Amino acid sequence: MKDSKPLFKGLICKECSARYNPEPIHVCEQCFGPLEVEYDYEAIAPLISRDIIQSRAPNMWRYRELLPIQGDVTVGEHVGFTPLVKADRLAAKLGVRELWIKNDSVNYPTLSFKDRVVSVALTRAKEFGYDTVACASTGNLANSVAANAAAAGLNSFVFIPSDLEPGKVLGSSVYGTNVIGIEGTYDQVNRLCSEIGGRFPWAFVNINMRPYYAEGSKAMGYEIAEQLGWKLPDHVVVPMAGGSLITKIKKSFDEFVKLGIVDAHPTHIHGAQPENCSPIVTAVKEGKDFFRPVEKPNTIVKSLAIGNPADGFYSIQTMNETGGYGENPNDDEVVEGIRLLAEYAGVFSETAGGTVVGAAKRMIEAGRINPDESIVLCITGHGLKTKEALEGKLPPPAAIKPSLKEFEALYAARTH
Amino acid sequence: MSIQVRIPTPLRGLTENKDVVDAEGATVNELIENLQTRYPGLKERICDDKGELRRFVNVYINDEDIRFKDGKDTAVKDGDEISIIPAIAGG
Repeated sequence: MKDSKPLFKGLICKECSARYNPEPIHVCEQCFGPLEVEYDYEAIAPLISRDIIQSRAPNMWRYRELLPIQGDVTVGEHVGFTPLVKADRLAAKLGVRELWIKNDSVNYPTLSFKDRVVSVALTRAKEFGYDTVACASTGNLANSVAANAAAAGLNSFVFIPSDLEPGKVLGSSVYGTNVIGIEGTYDQVNRLCSEIGGRFPWAFVNINMRPYYAEGSKAMGYEIAEQLGWKLPDHVVVPMAGGSLITKIKKSFDEFVKLGIVDAHPTHIHGAQPENCSPIVTAVKEGKDFFRPVEKPNTIVKSLAIGNPADGFYSIQTMNETGGYGENPNDDEVVEGIRLLAEYAGVFSETAGGTVVGAAKRMIEAGRINPDESIVLCITGHGLKTKEALEGKLPPPAAIKPSLKEFEALYAARTH
Repeated sequence: MSIQVRIPTPLRGLTENKDVVDAEGATVNELIENLQTRYPGLKERICDDKGELRRFVNVYINDEDIRFKDGKDTAVKDGDEISIIPAIAGG
């Protein structure tokens, strides 16, 4: 790809369609709308096909023509192509015929889907010549920025709410990054970062790199389509925090259809948020086209605790346009979701995954998801990052002396 | 009465590149009108045709989002710090 003409033309405002050069900017100067990467699909079409994609290494850069970098991949070249697991036992438990788990909890290197967006954002940051990268994060993004920056030799600052799960904090500090805990909600962290970004010449992956960063999420959708045998599912259930991923899953399917890589198919795209921080789901349920922000999110699902979701408006549109719906399980249902996924599919997810399972369960029970249709659950982060959610919820391990007799007694009691 | 307003990067083209400017008014609405007279064009950037704040514009008084108060009618007083901030992605 080196020295070739870039396959994206520039940035375009999602609100007023004003066009900009592909610079490190994220907001339309005319109307404050978010900027989106605009591709040259005519130039891309002859360069990408099922055969070409399949001839490439199993990582998300097999779709590189549809990701917004200009030169070679310099950060995160092994990210993506996580397993799409057919979960027959969980399907039976939930009373559906065909259920798949898109398991980004084993993404490389930091066990969440954020590795996808960070790989694009940091490669692009290097193209712009930045030496310092930063982010506001509920945990997973910070982990990925810290790890990928360390590998790439970039300085990094990650800003997080100070009450995050210890596993998520440690999962950033270990990489030698600057972890800054802010006493406040994620939305307050974001606000501060916007102001810091105005003062310091850094690549903030979710601020001035956002148009490029957000495109990385599309790879999750491309992989789902490819791994289903080049077809689109009937239903996808996606967790929503800022609401970007759900819109990018739709964009990925639309692009594959536009390029003739898959046949058009009406996929219902559903969103999941936890009960005490569900501004987007609430708007969908109430039939509103805009959400009311949540001032103080109070949920065990910290990775989805964004009260003022930047892409909330477009998430609502995505669900409405695709015939999808939204659900907001409570903390108990989230824990039940984590356990169902673990006990029936062998996948240990963080609380966001429990939210997805809990939301899917509600929609199946309410008849909003037809049990005879294919369903994909997007699992976006690993369970070891949010262990405390399960504290006291699992039976403690049995403790016995190193004695066969004691074990036999225990076994007899358990099988009685 | 003078109130400090923090100007985000996308609007600084209108404020001679200043990141903090002074404005006067008793409510957020009055502040915006006042800013418009000082920096013509600023209001239409952050408000739509009906004069309502655009959906991707967040306004904070000190630390509080005005949507949790009285929106554009929220009262402001001397010494308050106002921030205008575009919606930010993340997670």
